[in-house]
Amino acid sequence: MLLRSTGRVRRNIAALLCAGLIASGAIAAPLTDPLDQLMAVLKQRQHGHVPFTEHHVTSLLDRPIESSGELFYDAPARLEKRTTKPRSERLVLENGQLNFERRNKTYHVALADYPKAAPYIDSIRATLAGDRPALEQVFHLAFSESGADWVLALTPLDAHLAAELVAIRIDGSSAEIRTVSVQWVNGDRSVMTLGTSLDP
Amino acid sequence: MRRRIVSLIVWVALLGAAICLVARAHYTADLSAFLPVRPTSAQRALVEELREGVASRLILIAIDGGELAQRAQWSQRLATGLRANSAFVAVNNGRSSASERDQHSVFTHRYLLSEQVSADHFTSIGLRSAIEESIDSLASPAGFLAKDLLLMDPTGETLQVLGQLTPDTGPRSLNGVWVSADGSEALLVAQTRAAGGDTDAQAHALEVIDLEFGRLRASIMTAAKMAAAPTPAIGIKLTGPGVFAVRARATITREAIRLSLLSTLLIATLLLVSYRSVRTLALGLLPVASGALAGAAAVALGFGVIHGVTLGFGVTLIGESVDYSIYLLIQARSGPHGNAAATWVRSFWPTVRLGLLTSLCGFASLLPSRFPGLAQLGLYSMAGLLAAAAVTRYLLPALLPEHWAARPHQALGLRIARGVDRLQNYRRVLWLLPWLAVAAVFAHRDTVWNRNLAELSPVSTADQLLDARLRSSLGAPDVSDLIVISATDAESALHAAEAVGATLDSLVRAGELAGFDTPARYLPSRALQRQRRDALPASDVLRARLRVALLGLPLQARRLEPFVEAVEQARAGPLLSRVELAGTSLATGVDALFSQRGERAVALLPLRAPAGGTHAFVIDTARVSAALGAAPPGVSVTVLDIKHEADALYAAYQSEAIRLSLLGLAAIVLLLLVTLRSVARVVRVIAPLILSVLVVSAGLIASRHALTILHLIGLLLIVAVGSNYALFFDQRLAQADADERATLLASLFIANGATVLGFGVLAFSTVPVLSALGMTVAPGALAALLFSAVMARPGLPRSASS
Repeated sequence: MLLRSTGRVRRNIAALLCAGLIASGAIAAPLTDPLDQLMAVLKQRQHGHVPFTEHHVTSLLDRPIESSGELFYDAPARLEKRTTKPRSERLVLENGQLNFERRNKTYHVALADYPKAAPYIDSIRATLAGDRPALEQVFHLAFSESGADWVLALTPLDAHLAAELVAIRIDGSSAEIRTVSVQWVNGDRSVMTLGTSLDP
Repeated sequence: MRRRIVSLIVWVALLGAAICLVARAHYTADLSAFLPVRPTSAQRALVEELREGVASRLILIAIDGGELAQRAQWSQRLATGLRANSAFVAVNNGRSSASERDQHSVFTHRYLLSEQVSADHFTSIGLRSAIEESIDSLASPAGFLAKDLLLMDPTGETLQVLGQLTPDTGPRSLNGVWVSADGSEALLVAQTRAAGGDTDAQAHALEVIDLEFGRLRASIMTAAKMAAAPTPAIGIKLTGPGVFAVRARATITREAIRLSLLSTLLIATLLLVSYRSVRTLALGLLPVASGALAGAAAVALGFGVIHGVTLGFGVTLIGESVDYSIYLLIQARSGPHGNAAATWVRSFWPTVRLGLLTSLCGFASLLPSRFPGLAQLGLYSMAGLLAAAAVTRYLLPALLPEHWAARPHQALGLRIARGVDRLQNYRRVLWLLPWLAVAAVFAHRDTVWNRNLAELSPVSTADQLLDARLRSSLGAPDVSDLIVISATDAESALHAAEAVGATLDSLVRAGELAGFDTPARYLPSRALQRQRRDALPASDVLRARLRVALLGLPLQARRLEPFVEAVEQARAGPLLSRVELAGTSLATGVDALFSQRGERAVALLPLRAPAGGTHAFVIDTARVSAALGAAPPGVSVTVLDIKHEADALYAAYQSEAIRLSLLGLAAIVLLLLVTLRSVARVVRVIAPLILSVLVVSAGLIASRHALTILHLIGLLLIVAVGSNYALFFDQRLAQADADERATLLASLFIANGATVLGFGVLAFSTVPVLSALGMTVAPGALAALLFSAVMARPGLPRSASS
């Protein structure tokens, strides 16, 4: 079941990619850099809707916390995270603006006001959007692939950020992101696992 | 010779005094001209809100051009520039609410500010549920807010307070700054230090914005040039009560000057053609100039401040006051008892004086108006007419050469006389006019009165639309319903605001309100702060409770020692006052909604109507009042529906204007009865005037000009001005021979021409109050003369040829 649906998604991506190439009339030189190739593939996606589970380990607590919900993405600048467990919360990142809703109250936050948290939050959106320049503004990128699977490691360029954040590691396969792992300097870490598309 | 010198000296002295008064007067153009002098408590609250309230101090700014990210940057730079200027208390572009200073202030005072702090909240059960929630929120990316705080604030008070301070319906934000509904403009809200009613200070604030924006644009252009990039288009739009007041003052001043010049030019041309002498023309304009100056001086003396609209009314005076000198300079002929001027004074002055008195009666009826704009118009015109008539009577004869005589206007007069004779053949048709007029009014009976105060506003429709659009984009600042709490001291006012807030909370739950704002949210009363502080447990009690509360949770009680310390500090700490909040958006919130006005402390609670459901967009202020119940002694709580109050105010003005106009008419009739001593003669004088009023109002209503107060006052002016003509027909023409009749008719038609030109020019003003007056009086004055001429007693020598 899982395999079949993944296959379908891949075929869809391939079709989309072809459509995009035809539409743009691009017979340009093939992209040689494998990361550029991945980014180009990611960029084709207009919408995404997947379930997620997240596993947090923090030194503050004796045991990890688990959370789960659904992620929505609209190219290129909107990312919504709907957490259903352990408590419902809605978080929308749109054009540099973070709105989160909890207990019927919406909070508006400008990402720019939180230089520490902003890169981490924006890195997922930038990866989904295939926005390599945005990623490279903040991170050093290391990319490796083996077959369809790939790993993108982001390490902060800025010293202030590096004092907090060790690295973000994004694992994927073809145009799918599988996990996003974040390692903090104080030992805290989290792993978010994305499921397969919920869109029909 | 001596009398001539005395007249001159007196005139120069009075002129000097008037110039001093006018030069030192204050000019304003805010809504105050339309606000009552002796208001009810709700009206007082309304007036204070409009003059000084936070809504009056807001300037809404929209930046357009460039791209989204550029606009966000520009918004931030403009906000930073404006914040540095003392003209503004606060400048908000959507970014400031999460400033570090705010976060620090909220964090430091969280136990005094948080609405969830109570004894229950700090029991083991209360602590457990609050801490569980904080732990869960660590899982969220928004947990970056909570993570650093968990050990010091495990019950989440900081986030709670931030939530309390976040408005429910904020403007749309993109790239961290407020934008218009379609995202094409970045929006800022600047709150001026000065009240909206202080037009000079508002003008200064606008200059500061222009300057800062100019600086920003210059640096953008330079940067673009350096980078050899195309220069982006960047534009700015401003709106708000202060902006309107400044623009209105500029418009009114500009129009007053432009229209005065134009009407002076037209009238001067008319007079030059008829006098054929520059010197006579100059003498003829002397009473006008003296009258205008005297009028302004009288208003400055009587009211302390001259409203911009009054300057516009000055234009009306030109056309009227020039009449007196026209009569002298056309009618004066030397007679057996002395020179021309002396003869005129002896034979014609009594008629002119009676005309002056009737005009004064008309204008005097405006003096008691509660509408300061009208009272100023009344005083201005009375002083102006008196001065013009006095200069004509006492100074002009002294200035005219010994053997001067008016240039004969025989040819013109005879032509007019023939025209009048011909019209008199159709006088029976006049009987039809009242019926036609009444029929026209009846046909449009639903649209006779204009009941909208905004119709008098000098703000253009385009500006009003821009204002409405920016306001709806920004959401909150359009205050239409609010609760005004007034008490003798700050503590009672805040305490009352908290009690009212509790009631409003229940109305919000019932769906009757979407929400409300209150100063107590930013600065709780000392009583409530004390209550919250007393709810905090002592360290050992808190430790014991935490041990119980954390059983089974993944957090060790011993790790929460920073929390225990913070609570202990808050228990021993001082209460919060406005001083500690300085420089934060909490202070802005307090200042916006709370103020010390003289002896009273005033708290404002703006209400928001629900956007849907059974109570959509409507707040039932009567129900809110009922729900609030009686206020504690020494405190007044007023639920104010600004739109409703403003409409009620306008309706009151309108009925007052009707009453005063009728009173003025009655005074004129009484004056005529006393002086003419004949009911028949009074009827003959008044009938053409009433007919003119009927015809003009029918014309206005039929041409879809619903009548405003100013139309009504215009109708009164028709009677006041027209009575002069009617009196001449009654007193002078009855016994006149053909020659005299021709001269008199010529002088009346030229005087009338001047009046019609003066008011006619006003009809084209873009300021509604001025154009209403012009379009009423100009045709009315002409009609009054024609009807008076046609209805004059027939059977006397008709024309020189007969």
